[in-house]
Amino acid sequence: MNYSLLLPEIFLLLWTLFIFVLDFFWDKSKTHSLGWLSLLGLGITAGLLFGSGKGNLFGNMFLSDGFSFYFKLVFLSAAFLAILSSIDFVKKIDKYRGEYFGLILLSTLGMMFLCSAGELITLYIALELTTIPLFVLAAYLKSDSRSAEAGIKYVILGAISSAILIYGISIIYGLTGATDLALIQFSLASQHLKFGALGPALIFGIIFFIAGFGFKLALVPFHVWAPDVYQGAPTPITAFLSVASKGAGLAAFVRIFFVSFNVFQPDWVMIIAVLASLGMILGNIVALMQTNIKRMLAYSSIAQIGYILIGVVAFSWRGISSLSFYMFAYLFANMGAFIGAITFSNVTGSDEIKDYAGLSRKSPGLALCMTVFLLSLVGIPPLAGFVGKYYIFASAIERGHIGIVIIAILTSVIALYYYVGVVREMYFRKSEKEFSFSIPFSLKLALFICVIGVLLAGLFPTPFIDAATQAAQVFYYW
Amino acid sequence: MITLNHYLALSAILFCVGIYGIFTRRNAIGILMSIELMFNAANINFIAFSKFITPTLLTGQVFAVFVITIAAAEATVALAIVILIYRHHKEINVDKINIMKW
Repeated sequence: MNYSLLLPEIFLLLWTLFIFVLDFFWDKSKTHSLGWLSLLGLGITAGLLFGSGKGNLFGNMFLSDGFSFYFKLVFLSAAFLAILSSIDFVKKIDKYRGEYFGLILLSTLGMMFLCSAGELITLYIALELTTIPLFVLAAYLKSDSRSAEAGIKYVILGAISSAILIYGISIIYGLTGATDLALIQFSLASQHLKFGALGPALIFGIIFFIAGFGFKLALVPFHVWAPDVYQGAPTPITAFLSVASKGAGLAAFVRIFFVSFNVFQPDWVMIIAVLASLGMILGNIVALMQTNIKRMLAYSSIAQIGYILIGVVAFSWRGISSLSFYMFAYLFANMGAFIGAITFSNVTGSDEIKDYAGLSRKSPGLALCMTVFLLSLVGIPPLAGFVGKYYIFASAIERGHIGIVIIAILTSVIALYYYVGVVREMYFRKSEKEFSFSIPFSLKLALFICVIGVLLAGLFPTPFIDAATQAAQVFYYW
Repeated sequence: MITLNHYLALSAILFCVGIYGIFTRRNAIGILMSIELMFNAANINFIAFSKFITPTLLTGQVFAVFVITIAAAEATVALAIVILIYRHHKEINVDKINIMKW
């Protein structure tokens, strides 16, 4: 047994407990500086991750491979940006600031286990470790009734989704007698050879899996919680939810469906293709009507998950590689847009798009950053979003899925309208209110990292695509 | 003689009762209880499959223990949030908790 594979996770867990304990003893007026300590912990975890090898532990329960390595880096970066953008934000919370950072770290730990899980028990526990801290964080602003409402909506729908998922898992366990993903694949494949078509139990199992993960990913018929939770939750948590929590769900989804259910690929790919198209259409059209920037970004992220799932629909290693790269581009662009919104609302106290009028004159830097992020989300060259979309469409066309690519391109045009709407407010409208902008150091740093990420992955995508391709090689047999 | 099918029918009924409860209950606590029913439906499946499909392995039973634990953790957080909601709204009827709409 090579326990050093678990070293990053063990370290992160100990560091999280350390943060919780320190919060007890630290002077209450200074606990926001625990954020810097959390950032240090994330940095060391990333360092350990680079040092840890590849392999598996506990009989395939914990897989450490290229795919999990890539996604762990995405989660650590998302947590890093979320905490960095929270350091100024938590000063508004009068109590329990240390726990705030600790819970983000705990959720990140769950995500790291989730993308490494090679077995359904581990996967389910990791999924809950990811979401339970997020329930608490969504309701963290105790005096704000919108935050409480976000919390109750998230916790009820999250619990329903996990109940549906666990029922699906129990059906699959009953059909195969195994919880190991590779053994499930083997067992389902041999049953498939023996009996041919899918039995009704398996159809139910697969549908329950799609529904359970659909909630986590905010796929279209299961997306109703997303806009309310995104609007009500504290904004750094919204950013974290929209990137890291989705990425974690996606990683587990890809592992289950590409490993366990790959025999029935033609059947579930059709369902995913329909859901992805619905997501792109509905997300983009409803986003057009939004006046609140957090709500607009919520609907835009419902649409973005549709684009990401095109990589799943392609069902090839290139599809996985392109969705991994897209996740990376989406990480910086979406986190950046939310961090821009945090910066803006810290100064003005508003999340309304019309209040962004005249921002280019008051804070040219912030306006420029927001423009870069929003244009990257649309997919304008030379930004990261363009490369991501190009690569993901190419992977789908390669496998002959022309229809979904046409839908994706048409809906991108709709998306252009509402993203550029914000840019228009910032550059071409005069503002009515006067306020002076001073952006704290932590937010400046976070914005800077995101802009660098978006530009770097857009202008020099080769090393990032190579990394994503290496991640996809775990599923090399397609 | 009670066969696997009896257990599966019981769990399917329990699961449907849970789903029905989620859609008809308006009290947040009632919804959480319905969700617990769904978890327990899955637990019955796990135990029954463990006994009938893999009698020599304990995977299903171990899974059920984990599900019970996690459901408890989830219920704790959910109840804490329900209390928070009660402090804001002085009621826990989920139809009344909708400040945000699209």
